[in-house]
Amino acid sequence: MNNPIEMIQPDAETQARFEKIAQGLKKRHAASRRLKTYGIMAIVTAISFLAILLTTIISNGYTAIQQTELQITLTIPAEKLQYDDGAIDPVKARNFNWNGLIKKAFLAEFPDVTAMLDQRALGEILSKNAGYDLRRLIEAKGSIPVGETKVWIKTSDDVDMLMKGRLDRNLDEAQRRLSNQQIGWIDSLVADDRIRLVFNDTFFTAADSREPESAGVLGATVGSVMALFVTVLLALPVAVMAAVYLEYFAPPGRVTDFIEVNINNLAAVPSIVFGLLGLAVFLGFFGMPRSAPLVGGMVLALMTLPTIIIATRASIRAVPTSIRDAALGLGASRMQAAIDHILPLAAPGILTGTIIGIAQALGETAPLIMIGMVAFIVDVPATLTDPATALPVQIYIWSDSAERAFYERSSLAIMVLLTFLITMNISAVLLRRKFEKKW
Amino acid sequence: MDTVVDMAKAIKIQAKDVNVFYGEKQALNNVSIDIEDRSVTAFIGPSGCGKSTFLRCFNRMNDVIPSCRVEGSIMMGDVDVNSLQTDPVLLRARIGMVFQKPNPFPKTIFENVAYGPRIHGLAQSKTELDDMVEDSLKKAGLWGEVADRLADQATGLSGGQQQRLCIARAIAVGPDVLLMDEPCSALDPIATSVIEELISELQQRFTILIVTHSMQQAARVSQKTAYFHLGTLVEYGDTKDVFTLPKNEQTEAYISGKIG
Amino acid sequence: MSDFLSPNLVVFAMTIAAAFLSFYLATGRVRKQAIASQTKSHSLNQYYGFYVSLWVLVPAILLALMWMFAADPMLTSAAKARMVDAYPNLPESFLNLKMAQLVNIASGYIKAPDAVMAAQAELLRAAQASADRARSLTLAAVMCNGFFYAFRRVSPELRARVLCEAFLRRLFFLSAVVAILTTIGIVASLLFEAVRFFREISLFDFFFGTHWSPMTALRPGDAAAADEFVAGSTGSFGMVPVMAGTLLVAVIAMAVAVPIGLFSAIYTSEFASWRVRNIVKPTLEVLAGVPTVVYGFFAALTAAPFFRDLGLFVGLDVSSQSALAAGGVMGIMIIPFISSLSDDVITAVPQSLRDGAYGLGSTRGETIIRVVLPAAFPGLVGAFLLAISRAIGETMIVVMAAGVAANMTINPLESVTTVTVQIVMLLTGDNEFDSVKTLSAFALGMTLFVITLLLNVAALTASRRLGQRYE
Repeated sequence: MNNPIEMIQPDAETQARFEKIAQGLKKRHAASRRLKTYGIMAIVTAISFLAILLTTIISNGYTAIQQTELQITLTIPAEKLQYDDGAIDPVKARNFNWNGLIKKAFLAEFPDVTAMLDQRALGEILSKNAGYDLRRLIEAKGSIPVGETKVWIKTSDDVDMLMKGRLDRNLDEAQRRLSNQQIGWIDSLVADDRIRLVFNDTFFTAADSREPESAGVLGATVGSVMALFVTVLLALPVAVMAAVYLEYFAPPGRVTDFIEVNINNLAAVPSIVFGLLGLAVFLGFFGMPRSAPLVGGMVLALMTLPTIIIATRASIRAVPTSIRDAALGLGASRMQAAIDHILPLAAPGILTGTIIGIAQALGETAPLIMIGMVAFIVDVPATLTDPATALPVQIYIWSDSAERAFYERSSLAIMVLLTFLITMNISAVLLRRKFEKKW
Repeated sequence: MDTVVDMAKAIKIQAKDVNVFYGEKQALNNVSIDIEDRSVTAFIGPSGCGKSTFLRCFNRMNDVIPSCRVEGSIMMGDVDVNSLQTDPVLLRARIGMVFQKPNPFPKTIFENVAYGPRIHGLAQSKTELDDMVEDSLKKAGLWGEVADRLADQATGLSGGQQQRLCIARAIAVGPDVLLMDEPCSALDPIATSVIEELISELQQRFTILIVTHSMQQAARVSQKTAYFHLGTLVEYGDTKDVFTLPKNEQTEAYISGKIG
Repeated sequence: MSDFLSPNLVVFAMTIAAAFLSFYLATGRVRKQAIASQTKSHSLNQYYGFYVSLWVLVPAILLALMWMFAADPMLTSAAKARMVDAYPNLPESFLNLKMAQLVNIASGYIKAPDAVMAAQAELLRAAQASADRARSLTLAAVMCNGFFYAFRRVSPELRARVLCEAFLRRLFFLSAVVAILTTIGIVASLLFEAVRFFREISLFDFFFGTHWSPMTALRPGDAAAADEFVAGSTGSFGMVPVMAGTLLVAVIAMAVAVPIGLFSAIYTSEFASWRVRNIVKPTLEVLAGVPTVVYGFFAALTAAPFFRDLGLFVGLDVSSQSALAAGGVMGIMIIPFISSLSDDVITAVPQSLRDGAYGLGSTRGETIIRVVLPAAFPGLVGAFLLAISRAIGETMIVVMAAGVAANMTINPLESVTTVTVQIVMLLTGDNEFDSVKTLSAFALGMTLFVITLLLNVAALTASRRLGQRYE
């Protein structure tokens, strides 16, 4: 076939039609490219929303990792706090006016400040909980330092904000939370190297407080962990049993259909409705305690149940029927096949689904508010029925507070929450990768 | 390679040394063939022999598959099918295609046929479009059955009707070549015979390439037959010669049913 | 009561120990009998153990649960009767406060303020102690009963495995029924409280009333009611403005989410290579994993001030709780929902349709716009309906960023309130649980549940239609 063959050309009419089509092509390809551009723009927009969201939170929250402290020189009157043998008397320690001690020592450093109002303004530099903090410090140490001691005391949240540059010095004095006079004092303290920013360990070791500098997420985190513990304990076994039933034992019919419809619908019911259920049934009807992680966990369990059931069914279905058939062929009963052979193989999938469900539950706020886990609670909960709050609810409470410092802490709490969520989701992904089987 | 070309008819398409790869795997091996104008050429061979892949080379439908790579030249008149300069959109307007399974769009019968003229801007007015739809449906032998229900959903038609609708849809663009990829494999024998008659009529106007798994069908509708085996063109010639006096052992084995 | 589930750990441990012991005894018995009678037992030995353990455990657990729900209220009502005797002239609400105090004293959380309370607390404590003793004894009796009944039946002929499996199967069935029970629980609790609400406020006033201010007493004579220590003074409960606000926020959210979500889905499903798709899709889904409280925080403290300042800049008066901020941020939250559902739906459109369109000389854009999207239409509608249902039921974003006052407006720059905001407002804070105010929250909840249910069912029907078309 080396000699080229004369090929026939289309007739004139056809040729004209093709030319006409060719003329319109440029426009049509442009329209197609435009559609592609819209798609890219949409994705870029969505991803930049995510970026803006995260940057805002990080840039607002990272400063909360530090806390401003102030150095004060004071002498602790050991004789008023000790037993005769020198050990600290807890009762005396509790009743001692630590705040007064600190304030007096602090005022003594500013001998020119004599007017009552000015002294009060000066005192506002210190944290309202400075006395409590000092007592805990001494108690933890177990001994009282003799003579003049230098201690670092937390400043009030306003000073903290000023030091972190979150309080605008150029603002009109009347609208500022610190007066010019106060700022002057603070500047002189800074010049003396008596103000420092240190790691804010309180944030990770305390529960809520009225004072931002004394507030932390530990109480809320423990509350969340307790609630999720209850959630897993209730939801996982029930979900697995329900899934096994639906996959292996459910006779086709109305009851089974109805169960399936219910599961699918529950997955789409707004979370606040589960909160109403918890309020009316668990609190109202059964009289369970308000604000308890136990009840929170129960509500979240009902909420995550559909998610885990659906995930479990999917992973049971992913186990090839040949394995079940082999087990049945060797004389195992259906129940034995399901429990001894299918569930172990489906376990990684079930676990992944559970982690994802729990991660969802960890972020839930509305149902917990409904059952009263929104209270102001200064203690870390110790049992499942203690009043508690949860991490997302803590974020909600703080973001509602007026103090700028709570805004910052709220952002840091969000970062803590997101860290938990990311860890959970990544472990779910890794788990899936590790156990992913190609049958 | 031995190819017998009947010089009495003009050549519409000439394919030279076509190779197709799916990733690393080679699906077609140096296939060269001359297609005659206004005739039916059948591609036969056992499944997986590359006949459908080859068919999809003619209108660059393999472009849709990301891992697929086509080498060699396919000339249609002065159009180089495989050239980067050739716009596949224009190419596909010139070469219509009918698929294995009827795939009418989920629209009305009218809209299905009007689809091609609409996107290519072929009709100036509503009446012209109506005429084009009617004309195409008539050429596809479907007009009589659907004239009074053009506004019905196309998915409501029977399988055979759907396939003829797809043929009408392809004709409406006004191509001069029609590719048919096992157009009857999803149809019952009666619908099949209707389509086969239609193909014989369409041959007056179009150059038709048809992939078929049925040797009887190839024998009934085609003038030329190409036999493919494992990605190579084993034998190509007049249909009656291929079926009665196959030159190649493999062809003979296939035709006599020893391999399939 | 605060000592709810204060599990008498000893009792709990004893129960577990009893279960293990009966397992051990039963397996021993069947082994011995099998050897003695030279027969092979019907099931593996462990099944006999499970069989007897179940008979020990299950009745005990059921009894303990029943005890938990029956005994505590009985103790409380007895204590209350004693309190009524001790403080005969105290109004009901004060008595309730005293009761709460009493429980805390009895549990040792606080000290008794006076001798009367101390004595009452002592009585309550004694009653609790004797109730606990009674429970332990009853439990022991039930467990013994169960054990002897089951243990005597243990023999190599007993079909222990079959019996255990039948039990498990029933347990599995009950687990599946939990889904139904939850739905029933939701409907019943909402309906029960809503019906009580509608005894006070007529259905017509609620669904068609155009004034919503549950917190303020509007009717004459309510001032007198307040004197009677009844917290629930009656305001006006016309939900039209609340519903209007909910819809306004949802519409704004959809206006943000639908174009972005749909075009993203078009890109990922039709244009993107596998590699791009595998990066973009999970990234978008991160947006879905962000808790709603975080969006609420962002809406209230970043988006709302931003829109207000922007409004000042161009000379518009934008509320600091504008529907625009809440709805816009909610839209961001819904983007991944729409994009991933739409992507699924578009990918489900059979390739043969795309081939058909390309075969006729369509460009990629024409294939998508004229063939793929119309084919996917029912599924897309389903996805949008689910997204609307999400938007209407979403709580935290609006609680934090939308208003409390019911404003009937379609101006997105103004502040509106939503159904979910009202539910939260009405049920947080110190409200008497049975006041009309709190009951109205359940009426709103019922409305919300019904609306989202209808939307979900409609969405399901729409996507099922798509499924049938391409089976």
